[in-house]
Amino acid sequence: MALNNIWVFAQVANGAPTSATLELLTKARSLSSNVTAIIGGDGNSAAAALGEFGATKVYAVDHGSALPGVAIASAMKSVIDGGETPDLIMFPQNYEGRDVMSRLSVKIDKTVITNNIDIADSGNGVTVVTPIFGGNTLVSTSFTGSAPYLAAFRPKSFAAESAGGAAAAVTAVAVPDLGSTGGASVNAVHVEETSGPKLDEADIVVAGGRGLGESASYAMIDELAQLLKGAPGASRAIVDAGWVPYSYQVGQTGKVVKPNIYIAAGISGATQHMVGMKGSKNIIAINKDKEAPIFGVADLGIVGDVHKVLPKLIEALKGR
Amino acid sequence: MSPMNVIVCVKQIPDPAAPGALDGATNTLKRDGKLILDDSDAYGVEMALQLVDKAGGGEVSLVSMAPNSETSGLRTALAMGAAKGVLVSDPALQGSDALTTAKILAAAIKRMGGADLIIGATESSDGYTGTVPEQMAELLGLPSVTFAKKVAVEGGTLKVDRQTEAGYDEVTCPLPALISVTAGVVEPRYPSFKGIMAAKSKPVEEVTAADLGITPVGWAGAGQQISNVAQAEARQAGEIIEDDGETFTKIVGFLENLKAI
Repeated sequence: MALNNIWVFAQVANGAPTSATLELLTKARSLSSNVTAIIGGDGNSAAAALGEFGATKVYAVDHGSALPGVAIASAMKSVIDGGETPDLIMFPQNYEGRDVMSRLSVKIDKTVITNNIDIADSGNGVTVVTPIFGGNTLVSTSFTGSAPYLAAFRPKSFAAESAGGAAAAVTAVAVPDLGSTGGASVNAVHVEETSGPKLDEADIVVAGGRGLGESASYAMIDELAQLLKGAPGASRAIVDAGWVPYSYQVGQTGKVVKPNIYIAAGISGATQHMVGMKGSKNIIAINKDKEAPIFGVADLGIVGDVHKVLPKLIEALKGR
Repeated sequence: MSPMNVIVCVKQIPDPAAPGALDGATNTLKRDGKLILDDSDAYGVEMALQLVDKAGGGEVSLVSMAPNSETSGLRTALAMGAAKGVLVSDPALQGSDALTTAKILAAAIKRMGGADLIIGATESSDGYTGTVPEQMAELLGLPSVTFAKKVAVEGGTLKVDRQTEAGYDEVTCPLPALISVTAGVVEPRYPSFKGIMAAKSKPVEEVTAADLGITPVGWAGAGQQISNVAQAEARQAGEIIEDDGETFTKIVGFLENLKAI
C-alpha cells in the first residue's frame, strides 16, 4: 500500500523538538510526502524545526495541565472521526508515546506494535522490525487489516537529517470532553538531570551496576565519567535500589544510548540493560563473573573486581 | 477511613534466568516450562497491600491471563497477601496481541465488579509491550497515571510521583483510576510460610475468553502477523582478560587508541 499520509507523535523538550521526534520525522518523510506532526501545546515554537525535518503540517493539542496521554489520543481520534485517515502513526517508545498510542489503539480498535527499530513499506504491506532476547533475534511483523497502522520506535533507530523544509503550518486541535477518563493532572515538575553531557547524547558513557556492592561506590562512576567528560549511567538494579535517580538508567525501561565508548562497571548484562547499550561503538566491560553476558558484547573485557580496577584507572587518568 | 479495593494485574512468565526461545511453529514465546510471577508485578501487589492496609479495610484481588491453567505465579501473589484471583485461561488465547490482552483483562475486571484502583506493571519482563495498562484504562473508562514511582491516597484522591525523561512530575488523579507502577515503587515482601500455606486454599476462579464474551482471540484477533525471524548480526568477539592488577593499563591504551584521552 502506498503511505499517503503519515502522522508522527512529536514532543518538545526545552523549547525544541526532541531528537526522537526528528528521527521519526526523517524516517516518515522517506516513506511519504505527506507527514503531519501531532504535538502537545500550541506548536508555534516547534513549527520551524518540525518543518525543517519533514513535517508538512502540525496538529497542536493544548492539553493544559492534564496528563497528555488520553488528551492527545482523544484529539487524534477527533481528527480521524472528522474524515482524515492516516495510513501510519509513528510514536517514540517513551512515556508519553506509550500513553498516547495505548489510548488511541483502543479508541480506533487497532493493534499497536511497540519496540521497533525499523519499518519498510513493500508496496503491498507495512512491516516493522523488533529486536527480542536482548537484540540477538530480529522479528519482522506485518500489519494485517486496514489502516491506520500504529507503531512505536526505540530512540536512535533512525538518523535525524534536516530536509531543509519550510516551517510547517500549525492547526490547533481541541481536546474533546474526556469524561470519566480525564482528571489526572500535573501539579509540579521536578528535574533530576545532572550537569555535564546528557546521558543519551554523550560521546562516552560510564555505567555502574550491582557489582559496585554499595551505593557509596557509585562515586567512582561519577569520577570516571567526569575525567572522561562523559555521562554517568546505571543499570536498572541500582536505580531500583535507589542508589541513583531513574534518569541515570540505561536499558529497555531507561534510556537508549549509542555512545562512541561505553564502559560497563559491575554490570552483568541482563537483557533489559543490553537493549539500551548494545548499539555503542566500543564497549569496555569490567565484571567479576567471567560468564557474565556483558562480555559477549564487550570489545575489551576485564574479568575482575571493579573496586580494584577502577581506582587504578582513575589514578592513571588523573595523572595525565 | 473508607475501605479500598484494589485489583492487581499479574503475569506469569517463563523464568527469566532461563534463556528465552520462540516456538518454531508459531513464533510465539515458549511458555511451556514452569511459569513464575513476573518480578515487575510483585511491586504492584505490594503497593496494593500497603494501600489497603492504610485505608484500614478492603481487599486485594488478582487478575491474570495464561494459555494454560498455570497458577504458580498467582499463588506467589496470594502468599504475599492478596485475597483471591481470577485467571483467564484458554488455549485460544495463544498469540493474542496486547490490545486483545487488554480487552480480556478489562472484561475480567468488569466481571469482578471493578475496584477503586487497578494496578499494573509498566511492562512485563518477557513481552515488554508496555501498552496493556493504559489500554485497559481506556477500555474501562478510567483516568490513569502510568510510571508511578510513589503512590499515596489522600481523601479519595491519588497522589503520584510519575517518572519522566528528566525527573518526575507530581500528579493527582481522582478515584477510581488505573496506575502502572515502576520497579522500586515499594520493596515487595517475601511470602511468609504462613502466607504460602494460606495461599493454597485461597480462591482462584478460572474463566475462558468465551465466558467473558470476547472473540476473536489469539492469532485470529491479532492485527499483526510475524513474517520473518532472523538472527541479528553478532558483534565481533572482543578481548577478554583476567585482572592481574595491571589491566587498567589495557583500558588506558584502549581509550588512547580511540583518542578519548
